[in-house]
Amino acid sequence: MAWVLEDARSAVAASLRRRHARERRFRLLGLAAVLVGMLFLLLLFVTVLSQGIGAFRQTELMLPMDVTAAQVDPLGDGSRESLAAGNYDAVVREAIHRSLPGTAPRADRAALVALVSVEAGFRLRDRVIAAPELVGQRVELWVPSSDDVDLYVQGRVNRDTPLAARELEDRQFDWVDALAAEGRVVRVFNTALIKNGDSRNPELAGVRAAFRGSLYMLAVMLVLAFPVGVAAAVYLEEFAPRNRWTDLIEVNINNLAAVPSIVYGLLGLVVFINWLALPRSAPLVGGLVLALLTLPVIIISARAAIKAVPATLRDAALALGASRVQTVFGHVLPQALPGIITGTVIGIARALGETAPLLMIGMVAFIADIPRSPLDPSTALPVQVYQWAESPDPSFVARTAAAIMVLLAFLFAMNLLALMLRRKFEGHAG
Amino acid sequence: MIAMQPGTLLLFGAFAAFSVFFLGRRRALSLGTSQQGLKSLPAYHGAYAALWLFVPLALALLVWWSFSGRLVELSMLQRIPDGVIADTAGNAGLVLDEIQNIANGAIRVEDEVLNGLARDYEALQVESRRRLTLAALALAIAGAAFGLMRIRPDFSARQRVERFIRAVLFLASSVAVLTTIGIVATMLLETIRFFGQVPETEFLFGLEWSPQTAIRNDQVAAAGSFGAVPLLAGTLLVATLAMLIAVPVGLMTAIYLTQYAGRGLRAVVKPLLEVLAGIPTVVYGFFAALTVAPMVRRFGEGLGLNVASESALAAGLVVGIMVIPQISSLSDDALTAVPRSLRDGALALGATRSEATRNVLLPAAMPGIVGGVLLALSRAIGETMIVVMAAGLAANLTANPFEAVTTMTVQIVSLLTGDQEFASARTLAAFALGLFLFMVTLALNVLGQRVVRQQQVHER
Repeated sequence: MAWVLEDARSAVAASLRRRHARERRFRLLGLAAVLVGMLFLLLLFVTVLSQGIGAFRQTELMLPMDVTAAQVDPLGDGSRESLAAGNYDAVVREAIHRSLPGTAPRADRAALVALVSVEAGFRLRDRVIAAPELVGQRVELWVPSSDDVDLYVQGRVNRDTPLAARELEDRQFDWVDALAAEGRVVRVFNTALIKNGDSRNPELAGVRAAFRGSLYMLAVMLVLAFPVGVAAAVYLEEFAPRNRWTDLIEVNINNLAAVPSIVYGLLGLVVFINWLALPRSAPLVGGLVLALLTLPVIIISARAAIKAVPATLRDAALALGASRVQTVFGHVLPQALPGIITGTVIGIARALGETAPLLMIGMVAFIADIPRSPLDPSTALPVQVYQWAESPDPSFVARTAAAIMVLLAFLFAMNLLALMLRRKFEGHAG
Repeated sequence: MIAMQPGTLLLFGAFAAFSVFFLGRRRALSLGTSQQGLKSLPAYHGAYAALWLFVPLALALLVWWSFSGRLVELSMLQRIPDGVIADTAGNAGLVLDEIQNIANGAIRVEDEVLNGLARDYEALQVESRRRLTLAALALAIAGAAFGLMRIRPDFSARQRVERFIRAVLFLASSVAVLTTIGIVATMLLETIRFFGQVPETEFLFGLEWSPQTAIRNDQVAAAGSFGAVPLLAGTLLVATLAMLIAVPVGLMTAIYLTQYAGRGLRAVVKPLLEVLAGIPTVVYGFFAALTVAPMVRRFGEGLGLNVASESALAAGLVVGIMVIPQISSLSDDALTAVPRSLRDGALALGATRSEATRNVLLPAAMPGIVGGVLLALSRAIGETMIVVMAAGLAANLTANPFEAVTTMTVQIVSLLTGDQEFASARTLAAFALGLFLFMVTLALNVLGQRVVRQQQVHER
């Protein structure tokens, strides 16, 4: 008798051990899944940060420029026009040669010029035009280096890098080292990244044009998607009769929210560009497409906000003799507005991260000029990221990551704004 | 009569509407000796009159915007002498483009005939604007007069204005339906044109995809082949790989967060998952191309396999990461929606937490989870930027995740970026693919939403 019990007890104990081991495994599996998700997020941020942080600084070289009248003042009268037509590239060329004893002005010419950016001549010109008294003097001027020198100074390429993977030779590295030994090499904040439009030269490429394009699209979306979305939500929550048409609208809104974004791009291409003949690459068209794309999201969140307004508020207004329209616009909407605005801002921020629909309507063109109206050809921040990511130049990898950081900061700021607006309104209401 | 710019006209209309609003209010006030004598508030009378001014004006503008460009172009086409058209191999559209460019000041030419035509074009545009101004102003004045005339003490202006507001709200809500109709109609039209050039059977059953058609119609080139099967296979391969990552990770995350995690961990992990969900896909694409693809390559080579630099696995992996938050958040909802008594019952009978989860919670939450997975699958199929940046362009028909494949979305992008003649089979193929993509994702969404709703119905 006792041995039967003993047997059963040990069988139960064994099964319990097994079951508890399985429980532990299951629990660990769950924890592992959470960690995997977090790990990917960490890896993504580490990739972007480690690649992009370098692009916020740019190497500059200090060169002694001999600004001779013969070179920079071709007309000889010191006038603005004459100074603007000067050959500043030659001055820069001689300055590099002079600061590197042992180089031959002719034989090494191409190798020497490869050290500085094409911007160097322009910077000298602007300086001389602003201060014509510099003609005939020696000016010590900081000028941007070429992106290849920048990579070397950052340590992203060095003498061990295979020649196929770098643009500079060892002797050019020696020259940079020689300049650095004299304190003529510094890395400063990369203003070009913030101030310039796109450029074929990585050291001059910036996100300003793309940022402006995104802002225009944001404006178009605010003007179109917000009022239409709120109006639609008000209709569906407050006025719509329960009938087939209303059901159809609701089914449509739910499905549109899940249509792939690229399909909206195809719609925009046919309707806005081919039929309505709106200009290609224009932020207006991009904004229209993104407005259509974000409309369902706005409607859904606005409906939720309107639904959350207590029914007593409506009843009180109606009981005091207000009409339905007066009730909705005078009492329900003001109460729902914080929620609506938060949902709208989050929806719009999402749409501003979209790339695929913009590719369809030609916003991938190379645009160096900063657009001055929503009808000018433009690009957008995510598209700029895509364009730079497609470039084989290693200097553009860092700039891509930097552009991503700008994009993420922009979206983060919008989400923060949404949060703050909600807090502010809630403070008033409570 | 002056020819106003449409924008100016609209601004003028808005200003006039404001004035008429105050005029109407004043008139209403002057009609009743006091406010009591009026059936509606004076402001409603003003608004009524202002609407009668602004709406006709806006409608006139809308009609003009939709048709005037075409009308001007048509009457311009009739004016172009045959000799000029003959110079451009009989293509009148090219001449028209040139004339428009001259008129806009975009280009300059010496040809006097063309310059003359450009001046004609400008004159036609001015004439068209002049007629618009005339018509819009006449309509606005007539409308305002009518609106103001109808103001009487016993006129119920509020009802009319509110009826108008309701109509506007209704129209706004119909935009969603219009968008769907627009998507289906445009895709369908272009797809029908595509099937006029390429047989349906080739598209649906063809095993070869190489859309290299001629850029110009008269160029001698291979016709290209448009078999969509390799694209479909590539899309499915990437989406399957994505689901293989996302379903276990997403589901286990949801289980851990709902069943095991303390409030502290939940408060940290849930916002982080939302961050993961909010990252633009182009960023994932960069991550895929720069970090994940080389990792996959090293991993595959470690196994002694031949790995393409743009492998399906790298793209699928990152698409999977992208949809993890969606699956985990929908599974989370489904799990928390299961009545607590079910879980408590299982635990009270001596089940361990994992047994209660697997045998009781998961079956009860299954519809919600399956629905979430279907919605995530639809998203993975429609995802564009990650695959554009991390998957290849070569249409391989393969099930090997280490090889390069291409997807429908990648091909739509590659067919439509760059200058192409719009009516070519190459361009139209993108719309056929788009329609197909739309239908597949629509079916998955409808199914997913229905399954999710099923669980909610059961719980009531």
